[in-house]
Amino acid sequence: MPFNRYGAGIARGMLMTLKHVFRQPITTQYPEWRLNNSKRIRGFELVWVPVKCTGCTTCAKACPQGNIEIVTSRGEDNSYAVDKFEVDIGRCKSCGLCVESCPFEALFMSRNYELAQYQRRKLVQGKEEVRMSDKKQPSAYCKPWLEASMPAQSLLVNGERRGR
Amino acid sequence: MVLRTEPFILNMGPQHPSTHGVFRMRLTLDGEVVVDLEPVFGYLHRSMDKISETRTYQQIIPLTDRCLDYLASMSNNLSYVLAVEKLADIKVPERAEYLRVIMAEMMRISSHLMAVGFMLNDMGAFFTPLMYMFREREKLLDLFEMVSGQRLNYNYMRIGGVSQDVPEEFLPALKRFVQEMPHFIDEYDQLLAENEILLARSKGVGVLPADLAVNSSASGPVLRASGVKWDIRRGDPYSIYDRFAFDIPTGTAGDVYDRYRVRIQEMRESVRILEQAIAQLPGGLHRARVPYLLRPPVGEVYGRIEAPRGELGFYLVSDGSIAPYRLHVRGPSFLNLTALRDMVVGWKVADVVVILGSIDIVMGEVDR
Repeated sequence: MPFNRYGAGIARGMLMTLKHVFRQPITTQYPEWRLNNSKRIRGFELVWVPVKCTGCTTCAKACPQGNIEIVTSRGEDNSYAVDKFEVDIGRCKSCGLCVESCPFEALFMSRNYELAQYQRRKLVQGKEEVRMSDKKQPSAYCKPWLEASMPAQSLLVNGERRGR
Repeated sequence: MVLRTEPFILNMGPQHPSTHGVFRMRLTLDGEVVVDLEPVFGYLHRSMDKISETRTYQQIIPLTDRCLDYLASMSNNLSYVLAVEKLADIKVPERAEYLRVIMAEMMRISSHLMAVGFMLNDMGAFFTPLMYMFREREKLLDLFEMVSGQRLNYNYMRIGGVSQDVPEEFLPALKRFVQEMPHFIDEYDQLLAENEILLARSKGVGVLPADLAVNSSASGPVLRASGVKWDIRRGDPYSIYDRFAFDIPTGTAGDVYDRYRVRIQEMRESVRILEQAIAQLPGGLHRARVPYLLRPPVGEVYGRIEAPRGELGFYLVSDGSIAPYRLHVRGPSFLNLTALRDMVVGWKVADVVVILGSIDIVMGEVDR
């Protein structure tokens, strides 16, 4: 293919690449530096609040995988007592439909995303592990009133990609 | 004198890095020239159609994220919910329509960035342009994470609207992105559009004539690069696309270079649509009241949208129960592959890689 000035296009491209030498890096060194996640992050586990839960099993019905197992019995004053609340987070795909369907603010997505385990059976979370604790904080997914108390997400478009 | 060698059968894939996933091409070669090509796929089949028959209408939305084109999840969501809304005759609030258009166009930019980047990668511009494009895609993924909570499988659209309203810091960030994006597209142009090596590798390579493109039911940028001015956003407007002013970029030759140009131009048009959508975004509800266990009336429907890779359609048959009787997906990557053999025959093995890259297939959508 004939070109009248061979090499001009390549030179223009190289100039562009040269400009990038002087640009600030946008990558972060992950385990040492961390960015703020979205306030609505759907982490890889669920956060359950037993006080609010009535055992209505709406979440279990909403789950596409059939992944939430709830067993209830009749407690005092005729309300449901939740005997078993079990989630296999190895099968959960974090779609958030259970959290969205919960009518009693009892189920949240978690903010945790580093949940690797050596054994599969450790991914099955029973009543004690699903419960909200200091290590398991809820995210604001479908719970917009939680958003105000959370740190703002670091956005690359605003240039907030320096490590801290 | 033409020298011919004995036909040689070469297997490219399914683990070949240039095949964009687990795609296998059975090439018959005469020396280095391709005589015949047989695409072989099915390595990633996950049977989405069949699983959908056991799920409620809402539970299928997370499936469309990951069992189809995983680089354009929002478009898949949109296509599916539009089909269900057509079936059940649901009216969507104005704000939700605008949010959907904003998300779909952001998704188009993000997907085209990947498409162009990987295509240049196949041509030998090794990873430098791809990394520049990843930087812009990262900005979009940040925004998607802000509204939906995840970076790849958004699960954001719902039947009758979107799952949540956007947070207040979303629109300023998007405005900023829309302002600076044309500048970055200019940068990509400066980087490669006149690069002599790229022109030599792509001009006139893998030509798909317009009549063949139409007959092999190609769609999206592949069809438009062949000079056919067909875009479903214009030809059969869905959602609120009839309110925006945008052009349909077309190519003339139908070669690899035209497919690259069309994608770059489409990104500019998407930025234009985004500007208008942000300016017109009304207040109000983000979601209509739809029963949780939706039971659409008995009937069948075909809903289609212009996804980044072409016409993405959902064919739904309802028997009046909470789950569809049948769901079928028309995947654009799959049908664009139909024309691959005609494009490739007569070119050398190195061009096969480039031509396949210019179709921009995602194997998740080909195999479903």
